[in-house]
Amino acid sequence: MSMSRREYIKYQAATIAATAAGISLPSSSTNLVTDTKDAQLKWSKAPCRFCGTGCSVNVATKAGQVVATHGDIKSPVNRGLNCVKGYFLSKIMYGNDRLKTPLLRMKNGKFAKDGDFTPVSWDTAFDVMAEKFKKALKDKGPEGVGMFGSGQWTVWEGYAAVKLMKAGFRSNNIDPNARHCMASAVGGFMRTFGIDEPMGCYDDFEHADAFVLWGSNMAEMHPILWTRLTDRRLSAPNTKVCVLSTFEHRSFELADIPIIFTPQSDLAIANFIANYIIQNDAVNTEFVKKYTNFRLGETDIGYGLRPEHPTQKKSKNAKTAGKSTPITFEEYAKFVSQYDAKKTSDISGVSEDKLIELAKLYADPDKKVMSLWTMGVNQHTRGVWMNNLLYNIHLLTGKISQPGNSPFSLTGQPSACGTAREVGTFSHRLPADMVVKNPKHRAITEKIWKLPEGTINPIPGAHAVLQNRKLKDSEINAYWVQCNNNMQAGPNMNEEALPGYRNPDNFIVVSDAYPTVTAQAADLILPTAMWVEKEGAYGNAERRTQFWHQLVDAPGSSKSDVWQVMEFSKRFNTNEVWSEELLAKKPEYKNKTLFDVLFKNGNVDKYPLSDINKEYNNHESEDFGFYVQKGLFEEYAQFGRGHGHDLADFDTYHKTRGLRWPVVNGQETLWRFREGSDPYVEKGKGFQFYGKPDGRAIIFALPYEPAAESPDKEFPFWLSTGRVLEHWHSGSMTQRVPELYKAFPDALCFMHPADAKNKGLRRGDKIKISSKRGAMVTRVETRGRNKPPQGLIFVPWFDARQLINKVTLDATDPISKQTDFKKCAVNIEKA
Amino acid sequence: MKNRFKKFCISGFALLSVTVSILVIAEENIASLRQDTPLNAVNESPAPLQNASNKDIKRGRSYPMQPPVIPHKIDNYQLDLKVNKCLSCHSRTQIEESQAPMVSVTHFMDRDGNFLADVSPRRYFCKQCHVTQIERSNLIENNFIDIQHLLSK
Repeated sequence: MSMSRREYIKYQAATIAATAAGISLPSSSTNLVTDTKDAQLKWSKAPCRFCGTGCSVNVATKAGQVVATHGDIKSPVNRGLNCVKGYFLSKIMYGNDRLKTPLLRMKNGKFAKDGDFTPVSWDTAFDVMAEKFKKALKDKGPEGVGMFGSGQWTVWEGYAAVKLMKAGFRSNNIDPNARHCMASAVGGFMRTFGIDEPMGCYDDFEHADAFVLWGSNMAEMHPILWTRLTDRRLSAPNTKVCVLSTFEHRSFELADIPIIFTPQSDLAIANFIANYIIQNDAVNTEFVKKYTNFRLGETDIGYGLRPEHPTQKKSKNAKTAGKSTPITFEEYAKFVSQYDAKKTSDISGVSEDKLIELAKLYADPDKKVMSLWTMGVNQHTRGVWMNNLLYNIHLLTGKISQPGNSPFSLTGQPSACGTAREVGTFSHRLPADMVVKNPKHRAITEKIWKLPEGTINPIPGAHAVLQNRKLKDSEINAYWVQCNNNMQAGPNMNEEALPGYRNPDNFIVVSDAYPTVTAQAADLILPTAMWVEKEGAYGNAERRTQFWHQLVDAPGSSKSDVWQVMEFSKRFNTNEVWSEELLAKKPEYKNKTLFDVLFKNGNVDKYPLSDINKEYNNHESEDFGFYVQKGLFEEYAQFGRGHGHDLADFDTYHKTRGLRWPVVNGQETLWRFREGSDPYVEKGKGFQFYGKPDGRAIIFALPYEPAAESPDKEFPFWLSTGRVLEHWHSGSMTQRVPELYKAFPDALCFMHPADAKNKGLRRGDKIKISSKRGAMVTRVETRGRNKPPQGLIFVPWFDARQLINKVTLDATDPISKQTDFKKCAVNIEKA
Repeated sequence: MKNRFKKFCISGFALLSVTVSILVIAEENIASLRQDTPLNAVNESPAPLQNASNKDIKRGRSYPMQPPVIPHKIDNYQLDLKVNKCLSCHSRTQIEESQAPMVSVTHFMDRDGNFLADVSPRRYFCKQCHVTQIERSNLIENNFIDIQHLLSK
């Protein structure tokens, strides 16, 4: 290392001389690997493990190891690029502390809630776990068990888990961590269009004339989509970029129109734009007349807090939050007319000039506009409303479903769309946008799953935040967490999550590759195969379904989530979990295991091992004796085919860089709801929002309402939490990659220099951030990449050593049940 | 605290991988990234703010496609619609003067793989792939094996 350049050249010369002297050396010890056999790497494709962009990567393996990764040049998503996290995918599986064996809390050779983690066999682990689940089912019924999954689950992992919970245990207490990130987006889609997921696609980036970012820092959170946006902005100079946020961040580097607004006032701004469009005759009247309806939504709907919380008690319509009534265009116009430039400027703190400049982008009929949003809009106590309000703007102007005219809800996780939403791993959902409440939907599901009529519970189960409350209240007693780190990620850890997990009445199981914060709060930890250690499928934000093969074996006795779910199902007999009445409808299921009923049902076990590509291992299929992934996928695909969610056949996805559904006659769909582009639109219709029975999307009249908690004398700052470019979520993978750790090692408190000065603080000082709920100690950063306005701080949540979710509030959108991680009130003191 | 943690890593996980016997792991040590702080306690000593390493010495790459890390500090570098400070040294026309490495040829390619006259706009924001490093030991050791080591086995 300390060798000078001259010394280095001298040293190198000696090595070369030795080689030239004819001393025989293996190919690898010369300074160039010349043996073709040695130099060759086996390259395979896989989607990136991280965000919802869904970049494809090429993965090189050699001797059972991943040795390199790079951006897939053949992928239409990223065309050879990755962000810094993606480039370091090669290292995420190789942290020194990978879990290799199940660990159970034990004392004196027996399970004990206060015991120490002790290695056990899978048999012992599942014995204890089955005993606890059976007891909870017996004591409390299906509501006594629960599962918390993930938008990072593969499609079949989520699908198998839903089957086990909703059919096997007849419990709807299954929810994904996507509840924290995409539930408001889903709520928005279902309410406005009656069908989930964006109508447009990433091709919109190359067609738009203007981009408006609503509460999204794409430069850090969706870096590769940001490269596409940047490419367009810089190579088509008339393009404009407007960035709206409650604080300045990296995406402002490209902003022509930078806008900082007061938290929660985005509701007023969106309504102002609609009002401006109407006042300035920019409504696309023909489009609005033919393709939309208007409705007035319920107001004063509460904040999803516990019913006894004083803020919650004050709200009148918490129980009817999702209600709405039809109105006319004129009534709608009158409703939004209250949001004039003056009033909106007062609420938002944005100058009238800037508001008008922004509104003009949408109002100009010749400008194709792409709106982009993520957690700023979704993690919002009025998140569904915000989604609705953004669609309002695009529907009023008819700027939708055409290249470049695109309201685009960006997705957080790699398969929040593919698994959480499409498979329907939410507590109220079933596959292909169906819901447990609807008797027809339950009947369709029971038919495909070959279940006796009435198996599926019609009452929605507990969502993410409610699960933690129910654990604390001893209502859920056996609980399984897979593929996420909710103790670190969920809100209000001190008052809800931690007391819930450590409640002596409860048995908590956590499946993970690494010993996370959540794993530490568990009673049983199951070591889990990750990413390319299993065959998988993810669905990204533009409806693109992508597959990968198992490329390497998992360490120790680690098993994939799908293996764990299916193997565990063998320990339950139908007689133990189903009523006699139910079994009487299908007597042939008596005394069968849940594995037999759910997975050896003629669908899932339909495809033989010989269908598996011989070049790759497949540990689940080898164990169960059939092609697990193909069987699960093909059974699942029956739900969507012919119903607007068509997926191609299994084998096709292994050959392509993904396809955007609906895939009809082998063709993917780029823009939905427009004739000529979407095969589901009937001839002569022009546009058809076929998620709604009359083909019309809904424009909603919804007001500005204040946040659940705002700064006051005691807690004078807004707290917003979020991610950083270098780390994925809770950092359980990226903090173990040395280069990523050293790029952004510790959580910090980003704050305005004047706020710091007023508090007598300097950059680097140690501070305590506290709320009514808990505290975190960290360091002040006044110069970094995020520049908050006075009165607001930003703290990332990736750092396990500094848990900001001890401070956050578990207020949710009452419609979507998604937490608002962007707004609560905190105090700061020198520590 | 750190030493205790390291010791745990060695005695705990090294053993764990070899033998599954009566080994008992203390509960508070499981979440290794937390470095011993119990879940119900607040870590009172967050690491001091550390500036990026400024040694300006090239660092190795884990594989050829890895974007090189930035070996110098980049505080207050302007990188926006008007200016890209990084390119004032690393662009093709500046490297003779600056003696900095030129941005890789891949950066001249557009989405379809055609070479452009200058760096592609899609590569404009350097920090999406290139990051600075602080001087600090790893939080958790990583067992990624360099291809060269695999070949010499």
